[in-house]
Amino acid sequence: MTTPRTLFQKVWDDHVVVPETADTPAVLFIDLHLTHEVTTPQAYTELRNRGLKLRRPDLTLATMDHSTPTRTEQVFGGVPIAVDSAAKQVKQLEINAQEFGVELFNLQDSRRGIVHIIGPELGLTQPGKTIVCGDSHTSTHGAFGALAFGIGTTEVGHVLATQCLLQRKPKTFAINVVNHLPAGVTAKDLILAIIGKIGVSGGTGYVLEYRGAAIEAMSMDERMTICNMSIEAGARAGMIAPDATTFEYLKATPRAPKGADWEKAVARWSRLPTDAGAVFDRSVEIDAASLVPMVTYGTHPGMVAPVTGSVPASGDAVFEKALKYMGLAAGQVISDVPVQNVFVGSCTNGRLSDLRKAANVLRGHKLASGVKMLVVPGSQSVKRAAEAEGLDQVFKAAGAEWRESGCSMCLGMNGDLVPAGHYSVSTSNRNFEGRQGQGARTLLASPETAAASAIRGRVTDPREFTH
Amino acid sequence: MPAVTQIRSRTVALPAANIDTDQIIPARFLTATSKAGFGKHLFADWRYDGDGNPKPDFALNKPEAKGAAILVAGRNLGCGSSREHAPWALQDFGFAAVISTEFADIFRTNCLKNGLLPVLVDEKTHAWLLANPNVELNIDVASTTLTLPDGTAVKFPLEGFAKYCLLNGVDELGFLLSKGDSIAAYESAHL
Repeated sequence: MTTPRTLFQKVWDDHVVVPETADTPAVLFIDLHLTHEVTTPQAYTELRNRGLKLRRPDLTLATMDHSTPTRTEQVFGGVPIAVDSAAKQVKQLEINAQEFGVELFNLQDSRRGIVHIIGPELGLTQPGKTIVCGDSHTSTHGAFGALAFGIGTTEVGHVLATQCLLQRKPKTFAINVVNHLPAGVTAKDLILAIIGKIGVSGGTGYVLEYRGAAIEAMSMDERMTICNMSIEAGARAGMIAPDATTFEYLKATPRAPKGADWEKAVARWSRLPTDAGAVFDRSVEIDAASLVPMVTYGTHPGMVAPVTGSVPASGDAVFEKALKYMGLAAGQVISDVPVQNVFVGSCTNGRLSDLRKAANVLRGHKLASGVKMLVVPGSQSVKRAAEAEGLDQVFKAAGAEWRESGCSMCLGMNGDLVPAGHYSVSTSNRNFEGRQGQGARTLLASPETAAASAIRGRVTDPREFTH
Repeated sequence: MPAVTQIRSRTVALPAANIDTDQIIPARFLTATSKAGFGKHLFADWRYDGDGNPKPDFALNKPEAKGAAILVAGRNLGCGSSREHAPWALQDFGFAAVISTEFADIFRTNCLKNGLLPVLVDEKTHAWLLANPNVELNIDVASTTLTLPDGTAVKFPLEGFAKYCLLNGVDELGFLLSKGDSIAAYESAHL
């Protein structure tokens, strides 16, 4: 009888080229290398300096997302990219992709988008694959039962040159989500609650596996929101077992296996879920039914509270420093926090269903006086789909701006910035100091909470609109 | 990569826990296409005021921090973004080692790939180092030992292969390239 294995263990075992020993890490084969303009230029320089070629162009894809503009005139209208160094970086990716033979979705390409949105959209993200990218939110792809994790630029170079990485095997951590989320409580609220519970370094050294009824009931978009933020708990990766929902999503994608290959793939993927009796190194249980919408109040994603609650107290100096940066005080009611800026988008919540959820709250309402709202689709494909069902009109009618796809205001590399001192309810993944602009005060929340807060001009429980 | 065998230097301390890589090097500096020159932007938003002048009360701006090659930081250093620009900035500024009780995974890996030594210490040693900044330490890679000013030797963990690479100035790409036959065999078995 074979030893029961976890989903992670199965994917790991399938990709070991050379097993690890006491002296050397495992050589792990990488099935898909997603790349973008920010974390690759120095890796290509290294390849060039050593006279190395790209080993597997067929397993490598490049897009532009982080430093690209979202203003239509700069993307399609011939107006130069406003940030000079960003323009240069975008150009450098075109040069590198051409020289090394990488398929590139350039600025005007209709398939371009945030790297973690387009992988799944194309059907390149598949169960059982190892997927890496020079971006920490690569954990997103774990929603399909892939082992997907972020790497630095040196490792990007390793994968370009050898299609492999040197890795010590991480430990496994089961996040058992029992019961179902109440109406009006979303995947974003759940992952924020999980990070609040295990802490921003609670997952360090582990690959998380999200399990249980609430996870099984989720759409792929929701599962991606969950896995996306695994890194915010410090985890190497987050995974969810592939099932009928996964297969149904992939079947409609352009680059998923077709015909007889599809049947074979589904049979293979169906063997991936964790075996009964498999042992995790650690586990925690979360009751989904007990949750309400969540909002962060501090400067890391673990500083999170119910939208119905207040800022907690702590004697800790770092905690006090975070509150000072945020201009908040212990005991302050969360729903009293004023909002000047709202951002809907990012690899966490920039998919079509996220835009629908924000639009459903916003429909028929106007932004509160003094609120600026930016809606940035995760990909050009999401943008087209949203426009086809009129979501752009809902946002524009409310007074929000509708842009071209990209990382945008999640990290403010492209000129989309929150002014210093402003409160920004954002559907993105990080509320670090200065993340959305120097002095910006970010409150992470779901698309529904973001939209509700835009209407009221203060942090608002979206259930006031949907119930 | 140059070999890293011993680091002897004074420390500078940033006691905050969870210092993320956005603080180490803010995103607006990531549009560069070379590894050079990030040191001047290290901790930019903590180090400079709105007019670009150094804030005198920030630890790295104090006279005693000049020349310090060891950064002692609060728990969970380097969380957040995978940007390797963070260790590049720390090294370009002059740091050769970082000390904490916990490092974020990707940051730790990125440090080792560049010969910036992450030294994991126990709570007691950490508390002492934070309470006593600007002390002279000796870090020996071969014996994985940190020596405090009073002569106390503190062992730290270092993965065997990473240690070998540091001591011999070996970079891992050469090792991976030497596995070309195994990689080709794996590829032909998994078409």
